[in-house]
Amino acid sequence: MSGALRISGAGRLSQAKTARFSFDGQSYAGIEGDTLASALLANGVHLVGRSFKYHRPRGILSAGAEEPNALVQIVRDDARKTPNVRATVQELYDGLAANSQNRWPSLSFDVGAVNDLASPMFSAGFYYKTFMWPKAAWKSLYEPKIREAAGLGVSPDRPDPDHYSSRYAHCDVLVLGGGAAGIAAALAAAETGVRVILADEQAQFGGSLRFESGARIDGQDGFAWAQAAIARLSAMSNVRVLPRTTAFGYYAQNFVGLVERVSDHLKAPGHDLPRERLWQVRAKRVVLASGAIERHMVFANNDRPGVMLAGAARTFLNHYGVAVGRNVGVYTANDSAYAAAIDLKKAGVNVATIVDLRDNPTGPVIDEARALGIEINFGRAVIRAGGKLRVSSMTVQPKNGGGERTIPVDAILMSAGWTPSVHLFSQSRGKVAFNDETKRFVPGTYAQDCVSVGACNGTDGLSASVDEAYASGAKAAKDAGAKAAKGAKPKVDASESWSRGMLGAAPGAGPDTTVKAFVDFQNDVTAKDIRQAVHEGMRSIEHVKRFTTNGMATDQGKTSNMHGLAIAAETLGKPIPEVGLTTFRAPYTPVTFGSIVSHARGPLFDPTRKTAIHPWAERQGAVFEDVGQWKRAWYFPRGGEDMHAAVDRECVGVRTNAGLFDASTLGKIEVVGPDAAKFMELLYTNPWEKLEPGRCRYGIMLREDGFIYDDGVVGRLAPDRFHVTTTTGGAPRVMNHMEDYLQTEFPHLNVWLTSITEQWAVIAVQGPKSRDIIAPLVEGIDMSDGALPHMSVREGKICGVPTRLFRMSFTGERGFEVNVPADYGQAVWEALWAEGQKHGATAYGTEAMHVLRAEKGYIIVGQDTDGTVTPDDAGLDWAVGKKKTDFVGIRGMKRPDLVAKGRKQLVGLKTKDPKVVLEEGAQIVEDPKQAIPMKMIGHVTSSYWSQNCGRSIALALVAGGRDRMGDTLYVPMPNGVIEVEVTGMVFFDETGGRLNG
Amino acid sequence: MLLIRCPYCEEERPELEFRNAGEAHIARSANIAGESDDDFEKFFFIRSNPKGIIYERWRHMHGCARFFNAVRDTVTDKFVMTYKAGEPKPSKLPGVAK
Repeated sequence: MSGALRISGAGRLSQAKTARFSFDGQSYAGIEGDTLASALLANGVHLVGRSFKYHRPRGILSAGAEEPNALVQIVRDDARKTPNVRATVQELYDGLAANSQNRWPSLSFDVGAVNDLASPMFSAGFYYKTFMWPKAAWKSLYEPKIREAAGLGVSPDRPDPDHYSSRYAHCDVLVLGGGAAGIAAALAAAETGVRVILADEQAQFGGSLRFESGARIDGQDGFAWAQAAIARLSAMSNVRVLPRTTAFGYYAQNFVGLVERVSDHLKAPGHDLPRERLWQVRAKRVVLASGAIERHMVFANNDRPGVMLAGAARTFLNHYGVAVGRNVGVYTANDSAYAAAIDLKKAGVNVATIVDLRDNPTGPVIDEARALGIEINFGRAVIRAGGKLRVSSMTVQPKNGGGERTIPVDAILMSAGWTPSVHLFSQSRGKVAFNDETKRFVPGTYAQDCVSVGACNGTDGLSASVDEAYASGAKAAKDAGAKAAKGAKPKVDASESWSRGMLGAAPGAGPDTTVKAFVDFQNDVTAKDIRQAVHEGMRSIEHVKRFTTNGMATDQGKTSNMHGLAIAAETLGKPIPEVGLTTFRAPYTPVTFGSIVSHARGPLFDPTRKTAIHPWAERQGAVFEDVGQWKRAWYFPRGGEDMHAAVDRECVGVRTNAGLFDASTLGKIEVVGPDAAKFMELLYTNPWEKLEPGRCRYGIMLREDGFIYDDGVVGRLAPDRFHVTTTTGGAPRVMNHMEDYLQTEFPHLNVWLTSITEQWAVIAVQGPKSRDIIAPLVEGIDMSDGALPHMSVREGKICGVPTRLFRMSFTGERGFEVNVPADYGQAVWEALWAEGQKHGATAYGTEAMHVLRAEKGYIIVGQDTDGTVTPDDAGLDWAVGKKKTDFVGIRGMKRPDLVAKGRKQLVGLKTKDPKVVLEEGAQIVEDPKQAIPMKMIGHVTSSYWSQNCGRSIALALVAGGRDRMGDTLYVPMPNGVIEVEVTGMVFFDETGGRLNG
Repeated sequence: MLLIRCPYCEEERPELEFRNAGEAHIARSANIAGESDDDFEKFFFIRSNPKGIIYERWRHMHGCARFFNAVRDTVTDKFVMTYKAGEPKPSKLPGVAK
């Protein structure tokens, strides 16, 4: 048996297919095809959660995605504990385990419910009032406590073991919503032969045909027609049908994001299946057929478990074969709830009474209800629901006051009318319009190539909806380029009439009351809260929303927005359209991070770039550091060395014998063409026209504002060919900068730019023995100082492969940078390494490289400069061509502030205690005894222990630094003030003799 | 995601392939070194930031890598037209009322 409230002969599920499941540890039976909600209701379980703020017991309100209350945690295993799953959407599978949320110690006895008694403390805006002061308490006290007390589900604490996939798709017509209207539109479009995608969030298509027992289309039951139509559409090669797929966001130019739930409904999803699939669809035309959402009645205790939407009760009966109670009451302000009463009565459920706010409505459903012997009370209101963990009664009163009557019931089915679901239309930046007659917002002005059909367009009645949808589907296809349709329009033989309802609080929950009549169930917002917000000065609906949090929960106010708006408008004494609707934002329903991230996580999150020499460094046990996307060898520890010891050894080794360094990550750009030198003149501060082929120059690149943008050594290989190097991190932006000027400012120059970073592996060989190591392997290049002086470049061969051999130094030692095609990088490195072993060479990493260059006062752009440093600030004025009439930055660097006195200048710092190493980024002051906040005159940009100098060294930007040589300054740190002396930037071999040593 | 028509590729391609490159039709003076502080300020710092039609530069970074100009409405995000770098600022815009 799959639940005591399962009605035999009702619904569409096969009783034979039992599925066992558990809720809060208790075991139950359901049927395949159930949702968790229908299966719980079949077992008489209405209490499924506790509310967000007051911890009030909550039941199942709806049968769909709009559900605000029935949020549960689905637990598959330790790593798969999905919180905030709507029980009305989660399909049942055998073995499903669900837990209720936001309760302790148990669902029926929840200590947090004391909040309900203390509710005057928690009224609208309580966050802003109660937890104002002191500010520091927010982080340490208020926020953690609030989060603990008022959370929803619990996040899983392990990495997500599932995988997610992502697809792009293009189509001519995208139909969102697979009810009668959506299916009709899809049929019309598909029959023309254009590419159609039809998506619906439910497992089965049909929308409200799931519960509309009176609908007949093309001579068959409405739901059966829908299944037949979907089967036809699925068989067409130009149609993709996506069930369990929610359109969550409508973006620019008909770009729609959809999430397909691929395996959450399966008992044991195979590992080849993703959990969810993200569809990013670009459609020529979009048809919105998102339907309408029923509103609840706003009365006291309308949140008791067992109080639910009438249409939902009908769905549970007509689709799932479940009676939501044995003795139900109905509270309505429109006709549609009558159909629920009629269907339940016919299924053998006692309908205690129908309470209708309207005075004397007439119509076929009212006649039918009366004919079935159901008691009907017009002009009356339900002023409160009785019961706590489950509704036990409804108290009825004439709507203008009078005697009360309490009627025992075990469920209340309510309907205040239907709200067109304009979320996606609104996300498309369309403007909604208020229809004063029907009191609802419907699509008004369109901003994109889309059309709304059926209930979401405010079209009443199945027949009118299908007609409109079919015509719109055909037109959308035609607009997307289709020829005429070949099919036949579905014929609606019978349908139910819809009528308008009411907005706002019902009698008994009016301005003179303080009852808990909920507007927004998920965020615990009552009618009183909304009025209070207005009384406290909120005028715009956007302010009311934020003050009360109405509509801000995960359900985004699907059931509450219109009620909240109506109450605010009434309190303000303004018509609804003047108060306005809050903005609908994506996502329509919550979207997992997994589906958005898809495969882009772990090693696939960001590309990893490795040099040709990387495997060698790995084998040597190098420790790597991330430099942008590059992995660079940081240092090479030997036999238990720590970083400090390894770096000291590497630094000394380079200056004693020689060192090999993998400089392949350096950005490299080849500038080629008859005007290459002219281009270089414009892009760098230095003069280039007279640089002889075969020579190199250190170049500085500025932005137009006069600040240093990049630097690097440039070799002129030929009159029309420059080999430009850039910083490792700067390569892409330097290339972009060069292209920008070449294409847009200097297009008359005949120049080509090619990124060659990946083409050349670069091996720096530095130190007194460097030439001895390289020379035996080189062919065709005279390695003597006369033929290959410092700052020169030659092309030839090394180890039999082509090389661009630079004589240059970033260490202050005699040095070379051997460029070889990347494919030969590792082989040439190994040959050089073998040769180096004969001369006591060491491999060194980026840390030693940094120390060695700092010992020489060579700057690193981006470390010693920060985008506000001019060449003069950095002591590089010598590199600016004084006779040049134009280069990028020539004007910017003469701006008044850039030539003013007192600018921060790059200098060296020596701590008075040579053992103390400054912290990079530390601030510098003149007088450490001044009051806090002190006047900071600069900061440390680079700081290291230098084994070669036998002391610490640092570079710093200091205001007027070059006029302070020899001065004592101070670096205040948490553990005391450090005294420093301002010095020049060169700490080692000040005369530079070692370049030829 | 926006679709942007590259005037060099003559195709609409997704926004991911492009990078915005700031306002268009701001010419760098041929005698920039001789510009007054005021003129340099106008050239380098002052941008129009309109509500409505903006003329801006884009680069088809992950395509042909060309810089080009575009006319876009900052309110709707819609591209009115795109045209090649160096072409004059269009005097008439399709579908835009004066």
